Amino acid sequence: MVEHRPIVTFVSHLVLIFGVAIIAFPIWITFVASTHEAARMVQIPLPLLPGDQFFKNLELTLFKGLEGAGAPPVGFMMVNSLVMALMIAVGKIAISLISAFAIVYFKFPFRMGFFWMIFITLMLPVEVRILPTFEVVANLGMLNTYWGLSIPLIASATATFMFRQVFLTIPDELLEAARIDGAGPMRFFVDILIPLSRTNIAALFVILFIYGWNQYLWPLLVTTDQSMYTVVMGIKQMLEAAEQSPDWHQIMMTSLLAMLPPVFVVVFMQRLFVRGLTETEK
Amino acid sequence: MAEIHLNKVHKSYGADEVLHGVDWHIRDGEFVVIVGPSGCGKSTLLRMIAGLEGISQGEISIGERVVNDLEPAERDIAMVFQNYALYPHMSVYNNMAYGLKIKGIAKDEIEKRVNRTAEILEIRDYLKRSPRQLSGGQRQRVAMGRAIVREPSVFLFDEPLSNLDAKLRVQMRLEIKKLQERLGITSVYVTHDQVEAMTLGHRLMVLNGGYVEQLGTPIELYERPATAFVAGFIGSPSMNFLDAKISEDGKKAVFPGGDALDLPGDLAKHANHRVTVGMRPEHLQVDEGKSETTSQTVQVVEHLGADTLVHGTFGSGNSDLIVRLKGIRTIGKGEVLPLAIDPRNIHVFDPDSGKRLDS
Amino acid sequence: MLKRVHFGPSWLPFALVAPQIIITVVFFIWPASQALYQSLLVEDPFGLKTEFVWFDNFIELFGDEHYLGAFQRTIFFSFSVAFLSMTFALTLAAMADRVIKGATTYRTFLIWPYAVAPVVSGALWVFMFDPTLGIFTYTLGALGYEWNHKLNGGEAMFLVIIASAWKQVAYNFLFFLAAMQSIPKSLIEAAAIDGAGPTRRFFSIILPLISPTTFFLMVINVVFAFFETFGIVHAVTAGGPAKATEILVYKVFNDGFIGLDLGGSAAQSVILMLIVISLTVIQFRYVEKRVEY
Repeated sequence: MVEHRPIVTFVSHLVLIFGVAIIAFPIWITFVASTHEAARMVQIPLPLLPGDQFFKNLELTLFKGLEGAGAPPVGFMMVNSLVMALMIAVGKIAISLISAFAIVYFKFPFRMGFFWMIFITLMLPVEVRILPTFEVVANLGMLNTYWGLSIPLIASATATFMFRQVFLTIPDELLEAARIDGAGPMRFFVDILIPLSRTNIAALFVILFIYGWNQYLWPLLVTTDQSMYTVVMGIKQMLEAAEQSPDWHQIMMTSLLAMLPPVFVVVFMQRLFVRGLTETEK
Repeated sequence: MAEIHLNKVHKSYGADEVLHGVDWHIRDGEFVVIVGPSGCGKSTLLRMIAGLEGISQGEISIGERVVNDLEPAERDIAMVFQNYALYPHMSVYNNMAYGLKIKGIAKDEIEKRVNRTAEILEIRDYLKRSPRQLSGGQRQRVAMGRAIVREPSVFLFDEPLSNLDAKLRVQMRLEIKKLQERLGITSVYVTHDQVEAMTLGHRLMVLNGGYVEQLGTPIELYERPATAFVAGFIGSPSMNFLDAKISEDGKKAVFPGGDALDLPGDLAKHANHRVTVGMRPEHLQVDEGKSETTSQTVQVVEHLGADTLVHGTFGSGNSDLIVRLKGIRTIGKGEVLPLAIDPRNIHVFDPDSGKRLDS
Repeated sequence: MLKRVHFGPSWLPFALVAPQIIITVVFFIWPASQALYQSLLVEDPFGLKTEFVWFDNFIELFGDEHYLGAFQRTIFFSFSVAFLSMTFALTLAAMADRVIKGATTYRTFLIWPYAVAPVVSGALWVFMFDPTLGIFTYTLGALGYEWNHKLNGGEAMFLVIIASAWKQVAYNFLFFLAAMQSIPKSLIEAAAIDGAGPTRRFFSIILPLISPTTFFLMVINVVFAFFETFGIVHAVTAGGPAKATEILVYKVFNDGFIGLDLGGSAAQSVILMLIVISLTVIQFRYVEKRVEY
């Protein structure tokens, strides 16, 4: 700090702790709710301290799910979420890498046309073209499939731009050296470009995994079959069921499980996460 | 090993021609240097030999083959880049081995070759390190190692020393020279540094604005520069250029202040013409009272230790003149130095075309 | 854009861009043009007959008080979310920028809501404000306030704003903190030598210098509130009570999927597209400025 003012520093810490408390409180309450039995969760006031039913609730939620909610066991939905999130993240990275490679390293007809087509996707989020996109997916017979869940979401202008940016900073001499060494385009791509972009790929993966896992509107549209439900969708089903029987201990356990993988990724890969977040905004 | 033939090589970008026809025959095992100021087209020419730039017109052959349409990898060349262009994510070993792997050479053969090259360059201890962990000089060695390990018939160097500090540059220059002598591989070296060019090359090409100014050995370039450009480019400090007129009999150069100097040959056919006279600072010497031919009025004196540089004005005129004297001299400002020069060291150029006039 | 050194023409680059381009055409450009086309049609209730009506759907929309209501509501909602979460994040970032010890620890605790899905965020807040069981409902009740967002539209709006802003604090905090930390220390020191105290420095040095970030976050937050809060609204209020929280994105979904009003929904989509396009343009023009900064 510029000057020594212990009181100001103390106040800063106080404000920060207060802020963290506000941000963390909902998550704490979620955790507390997931550790009590059903009977305790209908007594007013609800508990503020954890109980001892965590593992029982965990087992119940993961393998049996909420009865009467019209949703499969949470463990099952989490597998669906995982598959969808991985397909989206890997798919986006793969197709963005190769299209950025083509646009930066090749001179070919319609190059800029393709570039602008990719750019346009930035302006067409799924929310603004819900109905016609649904029709396309339905006509292609992709409803209730992993392909239907992931492929329409994997075109990405942001990721393509990011890789383009990364490639543009790679010195031209590396390509020349590789050509003198006898490497063709694909060999250069695999042996030089991909290894040199690996931190960016990892950072992007973190962001896209979270993006994929948290998808809600799209899965809601293209899945009608319970076996394809994702955990994020399942929560909505449970909330609706809660109107009749408020099984909050299980709903909150599900919420906890639904946020666990992405939160885990953010906290433990914080450096990559921050990097990915700032890079995709360039 | 191979000769290189450049046959009327042109390069243009659209309507913009940057190389206006280069002819050169580089002999087998020769070390040649292409030198010139930045933007003269020297790197472009080198990259055309490498196959990194297309050839707009003319023909380049390496050995027996015309290489115009060959990929860089098929030309049997190796190149050392200015910024080294080492693959940052590969170890030194893999940097050197990469080209061989692509060629499909057997693993143990690759290992043998890399180790032998590393031995020559004294980089064996770094083979497992990544380029990031090396100093500038070490990276430079690895870049050369990557070229040598391919056992090419031609080496191409694109300003390989310009990213090093002055001391290292002198050291690496010597090493490159020794290495080339030892391996005897035809080498083409591009630089903007005339000292590098003079010390390294068996023969030099001086390029300026896409035109070849002169081809020749370092001594030829120094002693008989074909143009005022070459004369000014080679040597440090630069040659002094003074406006003058040829006397009636063609035997003297007469300067605006009235001073006159004897000329080396007969320039009678240029009598009464305006010319540019060139004199190297080191060829002007203090005349110990014998036959004073001209003088310099001293303005600034720079002591380099081995030499003394005297800046001042020439004769009774006011053109700038630099004189390089041996050893340490105590000379005061405002002093008038009597100077003499051997007529054989006087160069006469056409003031418009820059061409040498005395044959 | 293109490398000075590049590969020559061949079929390869076409193959490389093909997957992205095919997906873009099939799932983005084709549906968007369908929406454009359908927005000019009217379909009878049985889906038997369609009629080309030019801009009637749009004219109808702008004469529809429900739609205009949703529009106003969305704007109010977006700016409330942006203001709330940005102010909160800015305060915390200013504090975190001051403390040397523990700044990263605080960051770790503040960024995780970013990873929480909007629906889950909705579930957490709806639980805490549950009219019969919620902890906050109980606390408010003890203070003499009857909370029931299922009946009170204002309360419902408040709840979706809180649930959205809570999730967005993390993102804003990260960018504010990064912007503050990129201000050269010497500037702050110079101001301190000039006699400016911490508060004064914040308002006269730090705040003006991070203004590009502030503007950028403003756009991002509005985009978030416009388009990515569907899950929150769906989970917390389902647009109710009595359409009190029906924002534009929710209305498109509702009219299209539940109400099956093809032309109307398509016209709404087209208007949303125009909004995204203008926001993207603002964002990109601004990015250029950020390079200078």
